Order: sequence, then structure tokens, then C-alpha cells
Amino acid sequence: MLSIMKRKIIFSFSAIVGTFLTACSSWQTDPQTTVNPKSDMAHLIQDVYVLVSWLALIVFVVIMFAIVYISWKFRERPGVEARQFHGDTRLEIIWTLIPILIVVTIFIPTANAIPKLKSDPPANALQIDVVGKQWWFEFKYPELNITTANEIHIPVNTPVAFNLESTDVIHAFWIPQLGGKVDMVPGHTNKMWFTPNQARKEAYLGQCTEFCGTSHANMLFRVFVDEQDDFNKWVAAQQSVAAPAQSELAKQGEALLLNNVAFISENGSAVGCVTCHKIEGTTAMGVLAPNLTHIASRSTIAAGVFENNKDNLIKWISNPSSMKPGVSERTGGMPKYEDYLSAEQIESIVAYLMELQ
Amino acid sequence: MTTALPLAVKEETDSGIWSWLTTVDHKKIGTMYGVSGVIFFIIAGFEALLIRTQLAVPNGTIIDADTYNQLFTMHALMMIFLGVMPMGAAFFNWLVPLMIGARDVAFPRLNAFSFWTFLGGALLLTSSWIFGDAPDVGWFAYAPLTEKAYTVGQAMDFYAVGLLLLGVASTVASLNFVVTIINMRAPGMSWFRMPVFVWMIFVVAWLLILSLPVLTIGLVQIYFDRNFDTNFFNPMGGGDPLLWQHLFWIFGHPEVYVLILPSMGIVSEVLPTFSRKPIFGYSAIVFAGLSIAVLGFAVWSHHMFTTGLGPVPSIVFSASTMAIGVPTGVKIFNWLATMWGGSIRFNSASMFSIGFLALFTIGGISGVMHASPPIDTQQQDTYFIVAHIHYVLFGGAVFGIFSGFYYWWPKFFGRFLDEKLGQIHFWLFFIGMNLTFFPMHFLGVQGMPRRIYRYDADLGWETWNIVATLGSYLLGIGMLVFLYAVWKAYKSEPDAPDNPWDAPTLEWATSSPPPEHDFDIVPVVHARDPLWYNRDNNITQDDAPDEHIHLPPPSYYPLLISIGLLVGGVGMLTTLMVSALGVLLVFYAIWGWVLEPTS
Repeated sequence: MLSIMKRKIIFSFSAIVGTFLTACSSWQTDPQTTVNPKSDMAHLIQDVYVLVSWLALIVFVVIMFAIVYISWKFRERPGVEARQFHGDTRLEIIWTLIPILIVVTIFIPTANAIPKLKSDPPANALQIDVVGKQWWFEFKYPELNITTANEIHIPVNTPVAFNLESTDVIHAFWIPQLGGKVDMVPGHTNKMWFTPNQARKEAYLGQCTEFCGTSHANMLFRVFVDEQDDFNKWVAAQQSVAAPAQSELAKQGEALLLNNVAFISENGSAVGCVTCHKIEGTTAMGVLAPNLTHIASRSTIAAGVFENNKDNLIKWISNPSSMKPGVSERTGGMPKYEDYLSAEQIESIVAYLMELQ
Repeated sequence: MTTALPLAVKEETDSGIWSWLTTVDHKKIGTMYGVSGVIFFIIAGFEALLIRTQLAVPNGTIIDADTYNQLFTMHALMMIFLGVMPMGAAFFNWLVPLMIGARDVAFPRLNAFSFWTFLGGALLLTSSWIFGDAPDVGWFAYAPLTEKAYTVGQAMDFYAVGLLLLGVASTVASLNFVVTIINMRAPGMSWFRMPVFVWMIFVVAWLLILSLPVLTIGLVQIYFDRNFDTNFFNPMGGGDPLLWQHLFWIFGHPEVYVLILPSMGIVSEVLPTFSRKPIFGYSAIVFAGLSIAVLGFAVWSHHMFTTGLGPVPSIVFSASTMAIGVPTGVKIFNWLATMWGGSIRFNSASMFSIGFLALFTIGGISGVMHASPPIDTQQQDTYFIVAHIHYVLFGGAVFGIFSGFYYWWPKFFGRFLDEKLGQIHFWLFFIGMNLTFFPMHFLGVQGMPRRIYRYDADLGWETWNIVATLGSYLLGIGMLVFLYAVWKAYKSEPDAPDNPWDAPTLEWATSSPPPEHDFDIVPVVHARDPLWYNRDNNITQDDAPDEHIHLPPPSYYPLLISIGLLVGGVGMLTTLMVSALGVLLVFYAIWGWVLEPTS
């Protein structure tokens, strides 16, 4: 039997835990929430998280109450002298044991979860290799022979295993609803795997979380968890080679894009698109920059920062650094093509890109 | 070979800029640390206000990406190395000799050298703003972003050389205070009669002596990588970027305790005085401090849980990190028990100390949360961690320091800081601090990463960001109130009695401010709280003042060596010929120092 007081206290505890966890957990209002797990691994983390949050809350309430109570009860009052004492061994032992008990309570489920989180993926897992680069993610499905950038599709209820690498500085790979983050360290291959358990139309948001230079804030990615059928369709579409340009404008753009000599203007010269970009089924064979074979099928450009539409593509090719600081300035970064191409030329390239479904 | 200095005459000749440049007096050096620390604290705070202004709304446009990255890097570097550490140094320079009943530190000229070298390193690091090349790689400066291929200018060289100079200053100061505490205690001041503050400084000094060499190795290696094409951290050349992380955090984690322990010492002095009773569990608090220091060297990889450590190191570093929660908890319980049964007087000093208890506890709790690696993989590099470190370093270290300012100001300068202004300052800081940093816990849980100069509008982060920004402005106003209080005290008549708070420790036995020789008579210590013991047992020091008090004469050689080191550092950033000049100056000054007569 709980007294009303006790019930009230427990109720207010729950209310505060509520604010702390559930209020931040709706992915509709907080799309990057860390406390609305949608995979087996994210659930494992959440179980430890909830337990620890409860303990944290209890310790918080007890100590804050003690500070306020003691400050009030023993405030300076006329005629009341301070009691002179300076220690008590029994008390010291008790309040050494209390924190030990608390951390052991946290440690056991922690130590239990770590081997599971770091276990090897099952043999049937879908393999995806991810390479972090300043400031985008390259994704390769080695078994399916697909290369794409900044957006991936994975099937629901199938284990997915990631090999995480970097070719420049350290990045981190994080999809909060699907699992904890893992760093991408040049010279190392880190692993991570999970089984997503909810398909949905809206993307799961991911972001680089290790500071990686000027546009670290602009290094986002999206993960679409599809039903198996939808995933199969997506795979088939991605495996196809690029279709030739259809419209007149797109044809001009195609010719310009596939031109493998440098663009020259009074501002100097810049390498052509094919030096860095690849479009399967054409002569564009570059591997340094995002694969453009099916760029029109992606919902965003510039590593998840801008909607994929005509205006943004034109702006991007014209002056990438105006959208994403540092891109043109870094060695090997995409040039500011408005210095080398006319507006009409850029528009024609965009017309071609928008046909690459 | 020493001379008795006439007491009165010395006092009067002791002014003017030259006396500051050549001083070897621990009190003047403490004041210089304090003044520089507060100035850099204000600059670093201003950087933080710019950061918060940029983040107030989504897609902020006030600051561009590169400047933002410089701001958060310099904010951290300046707060840690140029703000909080020197403010801590101000207290231990002023207080350690006074608290142990000494007339100065063991090596007074070396003490001056520490300060000037600190100032040189600080100016060199700060000057990177003027040259438009402030470090923009984070205070943790993870390789290989710091390599020449990715950080083209000299920003990272400013970082490396600046921190090397600061490291020399801190190492020398630490050795000086270890020797001072071991050797210069007054008669009767046994180890377990030392004030807790002195114990904490003893621990801090050891932490610095043992951890700074590790950082030094890393700094020299990155400097070599950048300037002489070595490959310590360059994976293309067979180096390993993770090596830097290990070196940095073997230094970086003890550094956190370097920042917080002086404030724990301050709180351990302020709470008993204003509770009117001795500290509860003296030895428990001391041993808790010692075990925090030892464990502090065994937890560095908890900064690296996401780097791909195997399960065993993850579990081990998780366990050692959680273990630190135990002595920390013991300290908090003992401070609460110190207040229990007391007669607590509320004033600016005690309110900042009680504020410390509450805020540091919050930082401690969130720290134990991400001691669990699974949770850490969701919190690392999010605003949850930003909230955590600011509860520890602002709510903890900085609140302790301001508590110390209000407590010891009358001792240092013979004048009180205005009590009313102090309480306004406290409430502005307390409310502002919680408004700024508590919402960051929520932002972290909502998945907002740190170190981003902009964020999209539809992520649910708007509300808490604007709250945090408003809170940070309250902190700015609070700081203005403090400065006004300082100004007011500066303009007021010196009217502080020797022991205005009826405090128990030795520094209150001498006049306010203390004479240059600290004590007319070297005090004899009979108990842990000497002044209370003397009061209760009617012991008075009525002997005649010591006739011959020898103090070291002023010297300009410490300043000269420091200038030589600074020139050497500038050479590392420009051309090594300049460094050679610096080395010559250093040798000349050492020569002069050695042959300088001590009378």
C-alpha cells in the first residue's frame, strides 16, 4: 500500500523521466531523436539507457533535496549554535557503499550489452561499405554492385553490416534511431551492424558527429528502411546503367558533362566532370566524387543538406562553397564552375542530371 | 649570504610597473595570474556568447563556418588553459604559502618564471586571432585533421607551440608547489593538519607533473609531422591517428581534475567557515581526492568509446570511469555532512559554494551516465556532453573560483567585494547557467551534434537553443556585475579586519592584506583548524615579531628567460634562426640567474 505522498512522489518522478526521455522521443517532431529505437541494437542501448536514467533521476532528486533541506534547516538563526563534530566512520562506510552499489547496478547491464553490440554480424547480413570523406559519405554494396552517396536503402528485418572507413580525416557514422555511433578512422576499418525493425517512407536521419573540418555541420545522410519488395525494386533500378539523355537540353548537357578535356575560360581552366564523377554506362569514370549514375533518384544533394531540385543543382554546380563552405577551397574539391561555364551550359548539365533516375 | 630586510621600508618601495615585472613575491604573482585569468576568462566568455548567438536560430548567418570553428576551438583552449587554470593558479599562489605558514614558495624566482612563461604562451596562442589563423580543429585537435594536408595555415602550429610554452609553465609551477608543500610547512603543520585546499593543490601539482609530458610528446610529434614531414599520425605514412587520441586523453582526462580539484579545495574551506563547524570527514575527503587523482590516469579511453575499441577495453575503461563516481560521491556526502548541524551563513561566498555542490552533482551524474559505453555511443559528440562538461567546469570549477574570490578578496586586498552585488552576481550566474546548459541535455537526447555552426529548421531543436542563448546572456550580465563589484572594491577604503569571517586557517592570522613577508612571526600549529583551536584554548601569539626576516630580492632574470622562451616559440612559427636567438637569450638569463647575488 502506497501512501498518497509516495504515489505523488513516484508520479512526479515519472513525469520528469517523461520529459527527459519520451518528450524527445517522437521521431515526427524530433527526427534525429536518440531515444526512439528502431533496430535490435538501438533497443539494446535503450534498455541500459532507461535503467541508468532512472537511477540518475533518483540520485539527482535525493541530492538536490538534501542540499535544499540542509541549507534551510541549518541556516543561521539567533541563539542556535553549530554542533561541533568532525566525522563518523560508519557514515563514511555507508556512503562509500551507496555509490558502489549504484555503479555496480549500472555496470552489470553495461558489461552485458557491450559484447552483443560488438558481436560479429550474422552471415546473411547485407554488406555495405561506407567511406567518410570531407564532407560526404560514399556507400557501396559489394554483393549487389551498387555505388551511391549520402542516401541508402536497406530492407526491414534483415541484418545490415557496415564496414566503416575514411580516406581523409576522422568522421563518425551515426543513425541515432538505428544504433550508436562508430568513428571512421583513416587506416582502420570499423564495423557496425543492426537489424532495422520498422519500414517507413520517411528517412532515418544520419549525421557525421566527429568534427572533420569546415563543413562538418553539413555532412548528413539518410537511410530509407524499405519493405523487401520496395528494396528489391530500388536495387534493380540502381543496378541499371544510366539512360541516354532524352530532351534536347539534356543532350547538350550530356555532351558537356562527358567531355573529358578541361573547361577553359578567361578565369583559367577547371577539370571536367568526368575526372571525379562516375556515371555507369558512359565514359564518366571518376571515382573521387559522388557517383551520379542515379542522382535524380536521391531526395537530397550536398550530403543531405539541400533538396534535390533544379535550382539547387544549378546553384551547386555554379558555386558549391556558397551552399557548403569549404568545398571548392579544399584540395581536390569541386571547382566553382560559374567561373568556367556559362549559365546556359550549367543549366543543360542540370537537365541531364535530372534525367538520371 | 642573506640580509635582513627592514620590514616597514620594504612595503613602501613596493610599487610601480618595475616592481611587478621583477617581483618574486607569491602574492603579487598570484594577483598577476588572477588578473590575466579573469581577462582571458572574459574573452573566452565573449567567444561563447558569439557561438550562442549564432546557434540561437536554425541556419544562423552571423558567423561563417570557419570562424565558428575557430570560436569553439579557442573558447575551449582559452577557458581551460588561459582562464580557469590561471585563476586556480592565482589561488594556490596566494594561499598555499599563507595556509601552511610560510613566507614564500620554495623557489620564488622560479615562481615568477612560471608566470611569465604562462603569459608568453597565452599571448602567443591568443595572437593567432590577430594573424587570422586561430586554431579551428577543436581543443582536442584530432589528427589527421591537424596535419598539413588538411590544416594548411599555421593555426595548428600556434596550438602546438602555445601549449608547449604553457606546459613548461605549469610543470615548473607544479614542481615548485610540491617542494613548497613538502618542505615549507610551519612548525606543527603535519600532513593531516594541512587545509584540504593545500591537499588538493598537492594532488593537482602531481597530476600536472605526470600528465603534461604525455601532451608534450604529442605536441612535438604533431609539430614534426607538420613541419618536418614525419608521419606519427599520418596513416598514409604508416602512422596512426588514434595514437594522438591516446596521448591527448592521457593528458586530457587528468586535466579535468586539474581544473576541478582547486575548486573542490576552495569549497572545502568555505563551507566549514560559514557552517561554523569543522569539515566533516577530513581524511575521507583527502583520500577521495587522492583516489580521484590515481583513477584519473586510468580512464582516458572513455573519450574513445566510439573509435572501435574491442569489448574488453570498453568494459575495463567503463568500470574505471564508473569507479571515479565513488570518491566523488564520498566528497559530496562529506560536504553535505559539513553543513549538517551547522549554523549556515548565506553570503556570496557560501552561496557560490553551495551552488557548486548542486551543479557539480548534476555534472557528476551525467558523467556516470556516459561512463556506460552503450549510452555513450548515443551521447558522445552531442550536446548532452556539452551540458555535462559545463556542469562540471562552469557549475563546478568556475563556481568554486568565484566562491573563492568573494571569500578571500578581503584577505588579498583588504577590501570586501560588495555583498549585495555578489548575491545578484550569484543568482544571475546560477539561473543563467541552468538556462544555458540544462536544455543542452535535451538537445543531446534529441540528437543535436556538437561543433556544428548551423542546423536545419525542422529537427525540433529550436526551442531549447533559443533558451540556451538567452541563458548565456544572463551569464554575460552576471560577469558585468562582478566586474562592477571589483571596481567598487578597488575604489573603496581598505577596511577588512584580519579575520572577518572567523575562519580557521592560517592565512587569516596575518593582516589583510598580508605584509610582503606574510607573517610577522612564523605561526606554530597545534591542530587542524589552528585559529579555532587557538581561539577555544586562549592561545595568543604575543611574541615579538621575528627580528630577521629574509626575503629574496626582486629579479628580472625570470622575465628574461621567459622572453627567451617566447622568442624561441615565435621562431618555431617563423624561422628557426629566431629560435636560436631565443635560446641565446635563455642561456644568457640562466647565467645571470645563477650568478645573481641573493642579497
